Amino acid sequence: MHKKDFPLIFELSKSGRTSYSLPEMDVEETDLDEMLDPLYIRQEAPALPELSELDIIRHYTNLSRRNYGVDSGFYPLGSCTMKYNPKMNEDVARLEGFSHIHPYQKAETAQGALEMMYDLQTSLQEITGMHTVSLQPAAGAQGEWTGLIMIRALHEANGEKQRTKVIVPDSAHGTNPASVTAAGLEVVTVKTNEEGLVDLYNLKSVVGSDTAALMLTNPNTLGLFETEIIEMARIVHQAGGRLYYDGANLNAIMGYTRPGDMGFDVVHLNLHKTFTGPHGGGGPGSGPVGVSEELTSFLPKPVLVKQADNFVFDYNRPDSIGRVKPYYGNFGINLRAYTYIRTMGAEGLKKVSEYAVLNANYMMRRLQEVFELPYKQHCKHEFVLSGRKQKRLGVRTLDMAKRLLDFGYHPPTIYFPLNVEEAMMIEPTETEAKETLDGFIETMLQIAEEVKDDPEYVQEAPHTTVVKRMDETTAARKPILKYE
Amino acid sequence: MEFRYLPMTSEDEKAMLDTIGVSSTEDLFADIPEEIRFKKELHLKKPANEAQLMQELSLLASKNVSTKTHTSFLGAGVYDHYIPSIVDHVISRSEFYTAYTPYQPEISQGELQAIFEFQTMISELTGMDVANSSMYDGATALAEATNLSIAQTKRKKVLVSKTIHPESRAIIETYGKGQGIEIIEIPEKAGMTDMTELKAALDESVASVVVQYPNFLGQIEPLAEIEAAITDTKTMFLVSSNPLALGYLTPPGNFGADIVVGDTQVFGIPAQFGGPHCGYFATTKKLMRKIPGRLVGQTVDQDGIRGFVLTLQAREQHIRRNKATSNICSNQALNALASSVAMSSLGKRGIKKMAWMNMQKAQYAKRVFEKLGITLVFHGPLFNELVIDVKKSVSEVNEYLLEKGYLGGYDLGLVDETYHGYMLVAVTEMRTKEEIDAFATEVGDVSA
Repeated sequence: MHKKDFPLIFELSKSGRTSYSLPEMDVEETDLDEMLDPLYIRQEAPALPELSELDIIRHYTNLSRRNYGVDSGFYPLGSCTMKYNPKMNEDVARLEGFSHIHPYQKAETAQGALEMMYDLQTSLQEITGMHTVSLQPAAGAQGEWTGLIMIRALHEANGEKQRTKVIVPDSAHGTNPASVTAAGLEVVTVKTNEEGLVDLYNLKSVVGSDTAALMLTNPNTLGLFETEIIEMARIVHQAGGRLYYDGANLNAIMGYTRPGDMGFDVVHLNLHKTFTGPHGGGGPGSGPVGVSEELTSFLPKPVLVKQADNFVFDYNRPDSIGRVKPYYGNFGINLRAYTYIRTMGAEGLKKVSEYAVLNANYMMRRLQEVFELPYKQHCKHEFVLSGRKQKRLGVRTLDMAKRLLDFGYHPPTIYFPLNVEEAMMIEPTETEAKETLDGFIETMLQIAEEVKDDPEYVQEAPHTTVVKRMDETTAARKPILKYE
Repeated sequence: MEFRYLPMTSEDEKAMLDTIGVSSTEDLFADIPEEIRFKKELHLKKPANEAQLMQELSLLASKNVSTKTHTSFLGAGVYDHYIPSIVDHVISRSEFYTAYTPYQPEISQGELQAIFEFQTMISELTGMDVANSSMYDGATALAEATNLSIAQTKRKKVLVSKTIHPESRAIIETYGKGQGIEIIEIPEKAGMTDMTELKAALDESVASVVVQYPNFLGQIEPLAEIEAAITDTKTMFLVSSNPLALGYLTPPGNFGADIVVGDTQVFGIPAQFGGPHCGYFATTKKLMRKIPGRLVGQTVDQDGIRGFVLTLQAREQHIRRNKATSNICSNQALNALASSVAMSSLGKRGIKKMAWMNMQKAQYAKRVFEKLGITLVFHGPLFNELVIDVKKSVSEVNEYLLEKGYLGGYDLGLVDETYHGYMLVAVTEMRTKEEIDAFATEVGDVSA
């Protein structure tokens, strides 16, 4: 151990210390050896750490201080919608009547939970313009895959098994093609044109009788609205395919337009993005799917329905693709999203999109003076810059991102989308004040100056973080995945 | 209407519009074609203020029966366990819960190290070489495991024991659709995987054998016998395991398991109507580069100081796209953290004691049921669940129990018609002797 190494919890362990307080053992003891073949009785106890309660709390508190969240500072991570996570939502999720209910208790004893879920489903249907929403998928990627297997099931039901190709733009998030493969379908890539939009000529040339679907994010990952969406929908539908909407970027359009009205047949949403479910350091998320009327019978089961004044789960769904997740989805995250929707209402959600777009355009116009802007039109909730100019001076986008850490910012998403060289994808969200945006912009401009004056200093960044750049090559070549 | 999450003032708005060079925000939406503009107001409930909404949602919550209002003997994959207070205090640190995936290691060492510690604890418990940073839940982790076995062996046939959680079996089927999975269900005999049927189904076309330990019916499957039955060296052995049970039971890693998965809900995660919980996925060194989801690895920084990074990312969707081993992106990081805190709190001795206490209390309940003349359906070794025959509709029995203040056990008739009248009763360390006695008496009264 290096003297500056931060200790692992296992290194703080001392035999004999405890932190647990288990209930009393108040029943007569049974000789377990008589019940169970000793072969199945663990001989060596698992090496879990032994610490007192305070030592555990200090360990994790110190770890938290080595971490950075939205509450720590500005987090303009493109495509991730790192907006404020309201504290009230956390309190609601911890109400005992929500947090300590069992998924197998009778529906009559969980009507409060079901009412919330039903109301959330209905709200998401309205926001997306879809016929029915299921809250079952655990996260965006699972929502994508769920949507795709529904489309696959629809084609199969129509006797069109040959529809196995899913068209995905070259700018798409990596989960899109990965979900296509997971659904047993094949990816066909469609190119982006000079305006940063799907190339219609290319789209026309790839659709056909084998097209299962087109998967699209709108606004796309460049933050640009696909203005030809009506024509795209026509092309795909005419060829017999369906349209899949990746809701990663819904934050840009709430109350302005709806995927259902654009012609999409299936939609997934990331409740942990647009609807303030906290990202939790990587999860849990929630990825509801919404479908057009034609696809409702394929939804994962059970489907939550209202019968008279009661909410019940309908399991009798013969066409359903089956289950994608145990129980009814990530209820706790759905509850947070519901609380948010109720706080904002229609008026508030529209303002969310309005200000998310205004903030992004403001930043884009100020930053384009110094950084190359590959696509000039107004953006939606995010935009993509290129660090090409700075790269010519020997400083890569990665270096500038690392330099931002010294100023207390989380960097933008970098090197994505793949079709922009040295990409920096910036999404401010609507919850950030102008002063925060200005502070970040000034810092970016300062870094651009540093690139000219002292490139080495930027290349060696970060200088102030608890660790410097990590040796990722060795990490991958000789993986150490646990403490030994 | 004022919105406390929106800091925009009219002064800000004007200054920003000036910089952009447009006269109103509407101009920024001019690229949305007229035909698809949404021109009405969304039909949603009016915005609610904090106090009013809190009151309304508290009322809604109070409509639900919970494991706090009723004494629960309901398990079937989701359990009422002791949650140390420190768990919620740690996961409420907003540096953790408001952070994104730790793609910037310099400012994410806290999360990365916590996950590295989680991976270590799961490897320890399961007796496996490596564990990933988490999956959505135990069921989807198992389905990812069966898919991995198909990809790894280039075989389609998977032998799935009927004693596995029914929802896990359903999800294996849905997940396998894309891979062309062929599921052969191995019947249950005396509450365990039928070994004769298993042996008969095994041949060189089998990708994997899948069992649950302890199984859905609460019994402890004989992993040694199953391991011995798998003679084809390519066939993989997959085990879904309640990680708490592994505090007392020999881990699947000791019986040659290739992949061990399960759910860490038992460690510090409330039931919350079924999610979010937290899946884990542990495997061998050999399969390390095939593992789905994120992995944290140890390395050093430029100055030689230890640190942690996301590693082996060439497996993952953001790098490999359609060639990725799985499409998983978001996982259950915060819940993995909760489970790490709970596991640390238990420590080496506490986890054994807690697992042992679950077995003891279940054994006690078994004796009480037997004393009252209630039929025990299976007689194999148990962890913390047992199956009783209430000789009538479990649903009706549960209605009666509910009135008496209990959440009764799971109705196994929902899984299979031949299980009509069978109730799966969970007895965790939380249940006191008095509660067990009183519950058994009520069950005896109603089923007599």
